[in-house]
Amino acid sequence: MLKNISLLTIVLIIVISCSKDDDTTDLGNNDDFNRKAMLSNIADNIIIPSYQDLNTKLEVLAFTKDDFITDPNTENLSALRTSWLNAYKSWQFVEMFNIGKAEEISYHFQMNIYPTNNDDIKSNISLGVADLEHPNNNDAVGFPALDYMLYGIEDTDSAILNKYTIDSESENNKLYLSDLVVQMKSLTGIILNDWTSSYRDVFVNSTSNTATSGFNQFVNDYIYYYEKGLRANKIGIPAGNFSSNPLPNKVEALFNKESSKILALDALNAVQNLFNGKSYNTNSLDSSFSDYLNYLNKSDLVTLINNKLDLAREKINLLDDDFSMQINEDNTKMTNAYDALQTVVVLLKVDMLQAFNISVDYVDADGD
Amino acid sequence: MIFNLKTYLSKNYSASPLIIFRIGFGFMMLYSIIRFWSKDWINTLYLQPKFHFTYYGFEWVKPLGNLTYLLFFICGLSALFVALGFKYRVAIITFFLSFTYIELMDKTTYLNHYYFISILSFLLIFLPANSSFSIDSYLKKKSYRLVPKWSIDAIKLLVSIVYVYAGLTKINSDWLFKAMPLKIWLPSKYDLPFIGETLMQQNWFHYAMSWSGMIYDLTIPFLLLYKKTRWFAFALVVFFHVFTGILFPIGMFPYVMIVSSLIFFEAGFHHKIILFLKRILNYFFKLKQKIQVKEIYNFKHQKITIIVLSLFFIVQLFLPFRYALYPNELFWTEEGYRFSWRVMLMEKMGYANFKITNSKTGIFFYVDNQDFLTPLQEKQMSFQPDFILEYAHFLGDHFKSKGHKNIQVFVESYVALNGRLSQPFINKNIDLYQQKETFNPKEWILPFNDEIKGF
Repeated sequence: MLKNISLLTIVLIIVISCSKDDDTTDLGNNDDFNRKAMLSNIADNIIIPSYQDLNTKLEVLAFTKDDFITDPNTENLSALRTSWLNAYKSWQFVEMFNIGKAEEISYHFQMNIYPTNNDDIKSNISLGVADLEHPNNNDAVGFPALDYMLYGIEDTDSAILNKYTIDSESENNKLYLSDLVVQMKSLTGIILNDWTSSYRDVFVNSTSNTATSGFNQFVNDYIYYYEKGLRANKIGIPAGNFSSNPLPNKVEALFNKESSKILALDALNAVQNLFNGKSYNTNSLDSSFSDYLNYLNKSDLVTLINNKLDLAREKINLLDDDFSMQINEDNTKMTNAYDALQTVVVLLKVDMLQAFNISVDYVDADGD
Repeated sequence: MIFNLKTYLSKNYSASPLIIFRIGFGFMMLYSIIRFWSKDWINTLYLQPKFHFTYYGFEWVKPLGNLTYLLFFICGLSALFVALGFKYRVAIITFFLSFTYIELMDKTTYLNHYYFISILSFLLIFLPANSSFSIDSYLKKKSYRLVPKWSIDAIKLLVSIVYVYAGLTKINSDWLFKAMPLKIWLPSKYDLPFIGETLMQQNWFHYAMSWSGMIYDLTIPFLLLYKKTRWFAFALVVFFHVFTGILFPIGMFPYVMIVSSLIFFEAGFHHKIILFLKRILNYFFKLKQKIQVKEIYNFKHQKITIIVLSLFFIVQLFLPFRYALYPNELFWTEEGYRFSWRVMLMEKMGYANFKITNSKTGIFFYVDNQDFLTPLQEKQMSFQPDFILEYAHFLGDHFKSKGHKNIQVFVESYVALNGRLSQPFINKNIDLYQQKETFNPKEWILPFNDEIKGF
């Protein structure tokens, strides 16, 4: 008898708790956060427009490359360099989105692995044919390889021009330069096409809290990018934070000598814009991590993260346009910038992840 | 009083609850080992890591390379033998030793319910759980109808300690008055059908869960002890553990607790299960051997057994309170936190950035933890001071062997506890390479700057 009563009690508890939800939703004081709307904003107003912009910039890069190859003169070299930098700046806004097709085809490893390997590039040029997609060539392709081809292949501009005109290997040089650009454009086209044709819907609907869901991977990747791609690669590693001595040759845009700061600042803006849900084209704000944190009563954390990111921007602004120069002259400013970036790692990795209480993708074991 | 104790110790009770407990425990442990193996956790948790976090005093307990698989095999096999009641005493001792060894290999995987299984199997060594319906009794052609009542009560006592202590530890200001950490965990379960996007998001529900969890833990042993409330209590046990099993990744724990609570039922209940099992067995095996049923199982060394178990329970009663000997906030320093039935009390995350410095030149560099630790190890290390210290020594030794000189190991670390903003955790000016692990309070943990009142 008591058995039946207890079973009945359980059923009742379940029924009551389930039926109650329907009434409580319209109280609205603690309504559920709309994750799909957040992901839609991120996809439609941030990720896809960023890729579209990069794609456009790479098209311009391809045109100026064609002009240069047809007629390698000072004017065309300058135009090519400008379009390279514009595309590189645009790249900083997609570098953190290593998800979906990009992850599948190792897109990032073919776009911005630096320092680039001059010897690999030279031997690829001599061979005349190279499998640019091969992992061994990851450090001989992408923006850093173009940096070498446009600024580092010789010391002076006239010597560089000679490499594409009178040099014995000029045809091979032109071919490699062209292949690099074509490859970058084609890869980016694949990613953009995947986003606009199918992945966008997969992404915005992947809101579940499982290790493999789109949202969780996205947050994990975002933090990973901030810590590794931005903080370590752009500032920490060249400043010597992970080695006994500074490594000034590991800066981004090494041969160009005047853009590592611009690129780092763009990357930081990209990170902060995503955090606040700022649209790539219109700068209008919509749902993103900051809103989710506000929903979870963590507005103090939102303020703190934005303040610390602003502080990091100030520290980066104090640096020379050329980070390798900065490291050689006064590395303290570099490590100061690193320390400022570091404070945000803690806020993202500890406080934000804790608030989201995301099932992390790397831990597979029972809990207590 | 002494007279009462004597009469109590001479009381007997049907052996069947103990028998069913043995069978349930054995098969569940066998399944746990198979499950652990099939998820490849032997490899990912014990073989892949380059470095293991050890327990103070048990630094010599290490994974055995590929022999670790043999260790798990022995552990699983002994669990099967326990279930069958075959060579019971040897089997349960083997199980206790192999299981405990496994748990001591790396404290990264410490779970309260693993500790529970360890001490429960220790207790079972002393109990006559093979006295009937076992291969042992079949081979000896002898079985016993009754066992000393205390041998069944001992299991009830241990299960009750787990519940009541787990309930006591929930009496703290974070749990009851901030609904922490449930307030962080429950809203993230928005995937659950029906309740995920509604109930789980409600403030009142977080408080209701916190308070009812505390009351449940404190009262359930008593509700199980009294006959009138027993079935109701059992229904609660099933509901509570299945529900938490759905909410949280707690593996076998819910089933261990559900099966353990069966010990509270009366002999008739267990007797029916045994009869049912016998019918199935007879259908398949046609067991003909006559077994002589004796009345009472007599301990050969009852006195010594009682003394050992009394000491065991005294330790169990006092060990969870050892935290009171430490001056600082328990949740922050975790000094005296383990082995105390503190379950699901904290949402704690940390970040630890290690710096290796040459004390002569001042040249330093940061360590990438992923070079040495698995993600799970890094996660656990980053908020537990004893992990941080052990890892700092590992790093110091590692870089010394690489030829670095005048090594100092510093850590910049931050920890966020139960929804508070992260704050500095370890004094970053202390060379951890010079600090030794002891039971003394760790001076290099920075103050918590807040107070959590309660147990």
